Amino acid sequence: MGFFDEWKKRNESRIKETKFTLNLFRHSFLSMLGLVLILLMILTALFAPFIATEHPNYVTLINPQGKRVTEQRWEIHFDEKLEPPSSEHLFGTNDYGYDIFSMIVYGSRLSIKIALMVVVTALIIGVVLGALAGYFGGWMDELVMRVTDIFFSIPGLILAMAFTAALGRSIEHVMYAMIIVWWPVYTRIIRAQVLKTREETYVEAARSLGTTDLKIIFKHILPNSFAPLFVQVTMDMGAVVLTAAGLSFIGLGASPGTAEWGLMISSGRAYIFQAWWYVFFPGMAIVLFVLGFNLLGDGLRDVLDPKLRR
Amino acid sequence: MKLRDYIIRRLVLLIPILIGVTLLTFTISHVIPADVARHFAGGAKANPETIARIREEMHLDEPLYKQYGYYLNDLFHGDLGECYTERRPVTEAIKQYLPATAELTIIAMILAIFIGIITGVVSAVKRNSWIDHVTRLIAITGVSMPIFWLALMLQLAFAYKYPILPLDSRLGIGVVAPNHITGLYVFDSLVTGNFTALKSSIYHLILPSITLSFASLAIILRITRSSMLEIVRSDYIRTARAKGLRERTVIYKHALRNALIPTITVAGINFAYLLGGAVLTETIFNWPGMGRFAVAAVNNLDFPSVMGFTLLAAIVMVTANLIVDLLYSVLDPRVRLGD
Repeated sequence: MGFFDEWKKRNESRIKETKFTLNLFRHSFLSMLGLVLILLMILTALFAPFIATEHPNYVTLINPQGKRVTEQRWEIHFDEKLEPPSSEHLFGTNDYGYDIFSMIVYGSRLSIKIALMVVVTALIIGVVLGALAGYFGGWMDELVMRVTDIFFSIPGLILAMAFTAALGRSIEHVMYAMIIVWWPVYTRIIRAQVLKTREETYVEAARSLGTTDLKIIFKHILPNSFAPLFVQVTMDMGAVVLTAAGLSFIGLGASPGTAEWGLMISSGRAYIFQAWWYVFFPGMAIVLFVLGFNLLGDGLRDVLDPKLRR
Repeated sequence: MKLRDYIIRRLVLLIPILIGVTLLTFTISHVIPADVARHFAGGAKANPETIARIREEMHLDEPLYKQYGYYLNDLFHGDLGECYTERRPVTEAIKQYLPATAELTIIAMILAIFIGIITGVVSAVKRNSWIDHVTRLIAITGVSMPIFWLALMLQLAFAYKYPILPLDSRLGIGVVAPNHITGLYVFDSLVTGNFTALKSSIYHLILPSITLSFASLAIILRITRSSMLEIVRSDYIRTARAKGLRERTVIYKHALRNALIPTITVAGINFAYLLGGAVLTETIFNWPGMGRFAVAAVNNLDFPSVMGFTLLAAIVMVTANLIVDLLYSVLDPRVRLGD
């Protein structure tokens, strides 16, 4: 018997379970729609240079704080400013004559970067703190939980706004601020899961065999906390982009001229009645991006939760 | 435990949280910025004398724990510092701007709760019908939409293309504000019988409150629908039906009451979320409230004002949570106070 067959036999029930879940997922129209939207966004970001019709230049400057920063520069065409959508400019042009379609295509890269950076970093912090708090309990649990209480008592957008203002406006600082705001969500989820699984017989068995605490957390407890976390992470990918766009709109994010969706809406606001396309299309890009992750998250919740699936 | 004892206990428990919040705002305003005095003086363009004066006033040369002591002391005396944008105490600015925000968020909350619950129930009762599909689609789009974009699109449609509603601000041009009682124009004009102002203020509230309520409405709709679906399957509903009660009585008298429990929690959490949304909504609709004030403060690096707003938001949020917990125990007798 080959290695593969043996593996297959050993994991028979798990494979069956996965197949069943995948099948449920495939038959849910909205979940598939979400997945397709996300895949489209990822492909757009990956192949942006081939999809876009115009391309930015990147220049490296020294900012007022003395840091080297790379900024986008688009070619200015004042002779083509605020042109409505046409075959040449699919989504029209803005007040500098930049092609809005191309900016949205390149903007997808920034949105995915923001979403991944914030969610993954916050997740790592949250999982570590939540696991420690839940597993060891005592003063550590008390401390971590009271700190999350404090973070939860200020609306996220407002707290992120205050942090970004203190750090100074830039897209990196928006990301840092959002990480600071976001980690308590994961800490709470993981802690609750750990508390639930800690008392299970199989964890007790592992402990009596002399397995180290670290190994118990990583091999036994965390894998079983996967489902609720996965749903939350999916939904948060969208929520992060939505919040970042809001902060950009206020003027705290990327520097003017960058292809960032929230910022594009912000600069288009002055021309809303002359050039609806300037505001409409970047907004649609945000809606589709966030909608994709929300639909997928919704679908995942339905198939991963045993109570809801049959 | 009696209700009064419970409230007192909860209020006592709030103290460490609020102290924690002040630690957070202190860190944001005094520890993170590289040059705090310059920050408070208005950034790069500030003149050296102002910076020196602020360094002195804020005791910036002393150790951090002492600075925090001074900061707390000021807060306890109701002193949130000087608002640099408007050259007056932050508390005065808050007093002026708070009613406009209160009016907008309260109306938005009422809209979200009423429409959210009604559509949620209808969607659950007519499960898998086209009404259900449409409402669910609207609900999921609602939470996926940037609120500022929705605001701009509504302005474009209903104030420009089909100009049936005013573009922005709280009252029409030439309409005098009603006599100040609470600062909520709808309430004040109603009490004083000023119908011109009443009509104008309601008119001006329509677009901003729809914008602000949309996301919360979507969330309330979703939670009402799913909890309704769960309740309808329970045994006591089957009993009620078996007794021969009319379907309407079963749904509205028996099911809805229990289905609303999770809805209330979500609505309470959302009230605080509305404050965040108000920041963006007020900016677009030129609504003279706290949110617009906060954005102006952020853009002017006016830290005392930003911190004042953040503290206020925290107070509103913990109060909303407290009220939710109290309502919870009233609606669900199984929840014993103090557990």
